Amino acid sequence: MSALIFTLREEPLQRVDLAPLTPDRLLGLSESKIAAIELQTTRVRLCAGDLFKIRMGDTMQIQFEGGHERFDRVGAGMTNGEINVAGDVGIQAGRLMRGGRLTIGGTAGPWAASGMKAGTVTISGHAGERIGGPLPGETVGMRGGVVVVRGDAGARAGDRMRRGLIIVEGRTGIHPGSRMIAGTLVVRGRTGSLPGYLMNRGSIFAMNGSDAVSPTFADSGVHELVANSLLASYIQPYSADVAAILRRPWRRLIGDMAVIGKGEIFCPAVPN
Amino acid sequence: MSQLTVNGIRVDDTFAEAFGMRATALTITAHSAAWAHQAAITMTGFATSVIGCGCEAGIDRSLKPDETPDGRPGVRVLLFAVSTSELQKQLQNRVGQCVLTSPGSACYAGLEAKEELKLGNALRFFGDGWQVSKRLGNRRYWRIPVMDGEFVCNATTGLTKDAVGGGNIIVMGASGETTLAATERAVEAIAAVPDVILPFPGGIVRSGSKVGSKYKGVIASTNDMFCPTLKGSGRSALDSDVASVLEIVIDGLTSTAVAEAMRAGMRAILTLGPERGALRITAGNYGGKLGPHHYHLKDLLP
Repeated sequence: MSALIFTLREEPLQRVDLAPLTPDRLLGLSESKIAAIELQTTRVRLCAGDLFKIRMGDTMQIQFEGGHERFDRVGAGMTNGEINVAGDVGIQAGRLMRGGRLTIGGTAGPWAASGMKAGTVTISGHAGERIGGPLPGETVGMRGGVVVVRGDAGARAGDRMRRGLIIVEGRTGIHPGSRMIAGTLVVRGRTGSLPGYLMNRGSIFAMNGSDAVSPTFADSGVHELVANSLLASYIQPYSADVAAILRRPWRRLIGDMAVIGKGEIFCPAVPN
Repeated sequence: MSQLTVNGIRVDDTFAEAFGMRATALTITAHSAAWAHQAAITMTGFATSVIGCGCEAGIDRSLKPDETPDGRPGVRVLLFAVSTSELQKQLQNRVGQCVLTSPGSACYAGLEAKEELKLGNALRFFGDGWQVSKRLGNRRYWRIPVMDGEFVCNATTGLTKDAVGGGNIIVMGASGETTLAATERAVEAIAAVPDVILPFPGGIVRSGSKVGSKYKGVIASTNDMFCPTLKGSGRSALDSDVASVLEIVIDGLTSTAVAEAMRAGMRAILTLGPERGALRITAGNYGGKLGPHHYHLKDLLP
């Protein structure tokens, strides 16, 4: 059975909440029922059928033909199946995801994969700030799963992350891995200043160095660790290029000593 | 006892009687194959029989770098015990004292199973707070800082309750030399069978035992029926042409693996023939009432 396709009719005049359009929530619904699902975030009613031309198919594979910066909460809370967006998305894509695969062809706004528990999110373009991070008032960010950003990520990538893996193939803004509780953040490009700001535990790879490392991180020498080759094998299917580089020796900085100092930043053996 | 003759070798129409055991498997890796073997040999030392060692353990096979989780050379080790608690205790002590201590080592689960034993979850405390947990997919690892870097191990390893211990072949020959030659051939052949180990020295036991003793409190004693120096005792099971007896004991993760190992061992012995090898083979049992697994030699003939 082919995918269930939502083709964008015209650009939305308000921000829309696409969280209802996930495989588990659409399971068993007829085309008219799906078309009647409300997506508005203002007082102006907007249903799925108004925004999209719907071609019925397997609800386990949802395809959005065309995206928009106003597409908020795409795949939020999804538990299984696949969602592909051929275009950009707004805030909180894949927030609190518990399984399945979310693929975004364009750029994602802030808080993508926020608080995610399991599953895979792939963003072909750039990601906004606080990818994987918690919303204001929440104490924990990403709790599991894998996020791959082919482009750059904004500030505070992996904020308060507790478990799981974020791979950024491009650069990140300032404070990547801020307040990390645990988990792994791998940045292929250069990171903005102060990676691992106030991190307790967890691992950050700043593969191309950082604009500025906090003096509260202590140099622990250059090591070729078995754990990194295990991580490389795990990363291989998501990002072969990053996996290959990961197998090199890395300089290990431990910190943030401003808090408990059990975290680590791996950076190039020779600082650049 | 009725006998068959295959390639000039007498095969008793009897069976090996084996017992259910709890078992686990580990993959041990190191910078080189030699150091992986060293860790495995140390860990499986003094593990010939549950009677006196608490567990039976041995090397299943060597692993190429592309067969191990970290891409380094490795060894697969199997560990057998009579209860889950004893297996857990032996696993923790042996990995803690022999693998953790070995230069450059890492230790991974060698068996996927529903039930699990603690591996890193028991050893992590050695890290004294500096240990790091990493979860990659469904697998959790512990990284424990040690003096040459880090010791990495899985949090848990699989436990099987379908394991079998005590499959055996008893080899009889005209001299010590020919008997050993035949038994060595069998050991070599069994090494190629997956999921089994031969826990005794070099895979061979020369002091086969029977249950009980004339002495109070001794649970096992020499199998006098198979001692060639006691052929005249009146209880001997040996023929006049037999001057030496050796035994192979087999532990396997499954009953099928034990049967396959016995089949491979018998084939090697029978192929060698009586002039250079064994005159007769038999198997040890307790009348069939103690162990649930019976391996009839005639069913395992090549």
